Amino acid sequence: MLSILRTIWDVFLHAFHKRVTIQYPEQKAYLAARYRGRIILARDPDGGERCVACYLCAAACPVDCIALEATEDPTGRRYPAWFRINFSRCIYCGFCEEACPTYAIQLTPDTEMSEYRRQDMVYEKEDLLVAGPGKYPGYNFWRVAGVQIGGKDKGEAEREDPPVDLRSLLP
Amino acid sequence: MTRLLSPHPIWALLGILFFALNIAAFLIWYERRLLALWQDRYGPNRVGPFGLLQPLADAVKMFFKEDWVPPFADRWPFIGAPAIVAATVLLGFAVVPFTSGIVITDLDIGLLFFLAMSSLGVYSVVIGGWASNNKYALLGGMRAAAQMLSYEVFMGLAVMGTVILAGSFSLGDIVAAQQRTIWYVVPQFLGFVLFLIAGAAETRRLPFDLPEAESELVAGFHSEYSGMKFGLFFVGEYLGVTLISCLITVLFLGGWGGPGLPGLVWFLIKMFGFISFFILLRAALPRPRFDQLMAWGWKLMLPLALANLLVTGAVVLAVH
Repeated sequence: MLSILRTIWDVFLHAFHKRVTIQYPEQKAYLAARYRGRIILARDPDGGERCVACYLCAAACPVDCIALEATEDPTGRRYPAWFRINFSRCIYCGFCEEACPTYAIQLTPDTEMSEYRRQDMVYEKEDLLVAGPGKYPGYNFWRVAGVQIGGKDKGEAEREDPPVDLRSLLP
Repeated sequence: MTRLLSPHPIWALLGILFFALNIAAFLIWYERRLLALWQDRYGPNRVGPFGLLQPLADAVKMFFKEDWVPPFADRWPFIGAPAIVAATVLLGFAVVPFTSGIVITDLDIGLLFFLAMSSLGVYSVVIGGWASNNKYALLGGMRAAAQMLSYEVFMGLAVMGTVILAGSFSLGDIVAAQQRTIWYVVPQFLGFVLFLIAGAAETRRLPFDLPEAESELVAGFHSEYSGMKFGLFFVGEYLGVTLISCLITVLFLGGWGGPGLPGLVWFLIKMFGFISFFILLRAALPRPRFDQLMAWGWKLMLPLALANLLVTGAVVLAVH
């Protein structure tokens, strides 16, 4: 009986507690830096596209919302001809970010992407590409990869030894 | 001024009808705001200033809902049941004296009339539950019948103490007697508590909402109801809360009596205090099991009410 009265009193005291509600459009909730929200495609520090169109993100995606087509520029550097994410399917699981070998695809703390038309939920490459390198500012895939592209020959990557001359007998 | 304070019965009737129905609608907003207050939230605060137009938005929504009668239901009782609860509760307002002048009819047996009307309200629930032809609705209706029966008994007995003290069944006389002596919450404190509990059970409010216990019975007796028919059950419940709060005010807290302010203001302050308390009960207490509810009613409340009646009668007899 007394416990009932105490419960009533305790609940009454909640009238003077701090509200937990966030009045959304005016106030915004804090989203952590690694929150999994809207997906972006990041760029190298020198401004080139990071994505090498390896299809690993599309393969990892459990809801098949990522589609792209690979192509190559004349110097041998791979990039996606088009890149499409259907955000009305995306479940924001972050598997694409985990699968990405070049830190190109990243999830950002942004959730405000409602649209009136469903078609507007489909983002093309120009909607996804951002100006900066995202979460990994110093990283440049083509500078550490031992692949020959325009402006960077074999053996010129970071921490890469020059190629061995197979025809020379010298050590 | 005197005409305003003691209007013609027709005007009193229209005024009270207008007042009661608007209070019932306003309570939808008030209850949600208060529950939110006690759960560290804000509640509806977007529609209009402080969310005050929320009941209007709810009503518009409810009118646009499909008004569906299930093909397996017993059609006419199903349609009629929601009207009964609203009608009986509104009839109950007929005997409530808001001030010395504002009362529709001050019957000699006003208190009995109120008890009769609040008992008739159970027909609505039972008929609605039966006519729905749905096992959950039927279970809800059965529970309502059993609950109302057992809580009606000591509800009537609990107020008999005030009747003995005032020497009249007329609600106006009871208030007048309190103004001559003392508010009956003091000499009849036990009766006051019993009536408060019985009132919560009578209006099927939490924690006594077993007829519609949503965790077990979907929505109990109104499982099959939609649109404005559901809305009428809803309004009936809020009208019931208002009526019980009015009755507690009249029987135990001296009605419109109070220093300084006009009588009607005092009445409304006391009434809203009790409405808020009923909402606080809802916020604070869990629902008991059905057998616990029954055991409480018959084994604890009824003996207490009888003892209260016996002691009150003996004291009054000894004094005279």
